[in-house]
Amino acid sequence: MGESPGSESGDTNDVATSHGRATETDPLVTDLLDGQQRALARVISKIENRADGYRSIVGDLHRAAGEATVVGVTGPPGAGKSTLVDKLVAAYREQGQTVGVIAIDPTSPYSGGAVLGDRIRIAAATGDDGVFVRSMSTRGSLGGLSTATADAITAMDAFGFDRIIVETVGAGQNEVDVVRTADTVVLLVPPGGGDDVQMLKAGILEIADCFVVNKADLDGADRTVQRLREMLNERGTSPGGGHHGPGDREETPGDREAASATGEATNWTPSILETVATSGKGIEDVRATIERHREYLDASGERRERERSRQAATVRRILRAEVRDRVEAELAADDGLDSLLDRVVDRQIDPYTAADEVFEPIAECLDDKHTED
Amino acid sequence: MSLDGEERTIRCLVAKVGLDGHDRGAHVISRAFRDAGFEVIYSGLHRSPEEVVQATIQEDVDVLGISILSGAHKTLVPRILEGMAEAGALADTLVLVGGIVPDDDQAALREGGVAEIFGPGASMSEMIDYVRENAPERE
Repeated sequence: MGESPGSESGDTNDVATSHGRATETDPLVTDLLDGQQRALARVISKIENRADGYRSIVGDLHRAAGEATVVGVTGPPGAGKSTLVDKLVAAYREQGQTVGVIAIDPTSPYSGGAVLGDRIRIAAATGDDGVFVRSMSTRGSLGGLSTATADAITAMDAFGFDRIIVETVGAGQNEVDVVRTADTVVLLVPPGGGDDVQMLKAGILEIADCFVVNKADLDGADRTVQRLREMLNERGTSPGGGHHGPGDREETPGDREAASATGEATNWTPSILETVATSGKGIEDVRATIERHREYLDASGERRERERSRQAATVRRILRAEVRDRVEAELAADDGLDSLLDRVVDRQIDPYTAADEVFEPIAECLDDKHTED
Repeated sequence: MSLDGEERTIRCLVAKVGLDGHDRGAHVISRAFRDAGFEVIYSGLHRSPEEVVQATIQEDVDVLGISILSGAHKTLVPRILEGMAEAGALADTLVLVGGIVPDDDQAALREGGVAEIFGPGASMSEMIDYVRENAPERE
């Protein structure tokens, strides 16, 4: 890409690392910041594989990132996500903006393999250096997916893309966590009566900033729009349960205060739009609405709050994984749970006591630390 | 599943290039690769060599499988190989060709960087084993 995004950070070779163990920047980071797509692709692979050194790479890139607008596109299978993304990419390109796309498809729980088919439909990307499409699978889930996606977004952001689109099926907590990494969440709803809308109710409906009834030329689209409108109105009557202020994301005490501090500025009323993605009808409205939401985030100060709660979620996720790994390592170092389990099965101790016994040394360390403080 | 500790999965791009509308084979192979535990990106029909190179780079695949039944392999495959070489991706990508390639044409393709050519009658397990054994080791 000729524009060499990210170059404003200048002497990227001297990026200092906070832990001091790796003072030299990985050449991949330098190449990525220099605008080499191959380096970006390789970095994302390292993130997905959790290859050696990926943490310090993400660390370096984190400092160079923070400029891009991240759009999450989600909806049930067949709603037209990839097609909408394709048209949205084209609309961004028309505006002269560069776009990175992360398309997530499920991994087979049986073989661990996956056919990642979204790329086929994202034709706007072909032969254009200003578009970078990366297919990711849901492998290594259990929170790993959202961490990997967040890291891949960081990489694309540091590379210099103006807009980053994350596309995923909005089913399950994992995927909900993924779209939450976005600044703006677009939820696609296929037409066809109220049942689909009912199905969306749990979890995903609350975090959408923009509803798109796609295939609006089909029967039932009007009714779906109507249902969504009703549902949003219901939402409006229950204070706190409505708009997704930072509070209903990963919650920390500070978030609540922050949300109330910004007061009514956190009132964004989600738009309901109609599109026919295959023909491009209504796409410009979607693009404009996302821009409007972006401006709203900046004006209200909500962007920073969202970023905070997002980073809080990431740090917590990393901490949880660290603790889990430590415990697993502890177990592996002894004879695992074998001797404890015998006692549990023989009803000598209960499962809580067994867990306490394993956890005891860790708890002791933490207690010691607190007394020192 | 920890945040550290490598989890490596072989990634493949199955590509149809040029004016060749027969993709039953590409579909069957995509599914077989998936069932073998690989991550498969299917390009869709009628891709230009440049599009295939772009997808290979962006998806950072370990294996590129070009399916070609049109007889145009002598022009299209070298263009893909050249594009990959230019981008510095040829050395650590395993390039396979599947389809109908006359014996006389095979040497030239191999010379250009194609690792193996699978003709009609090649078995799935043969291809999967080949990929498992020859997928490039990356640091």
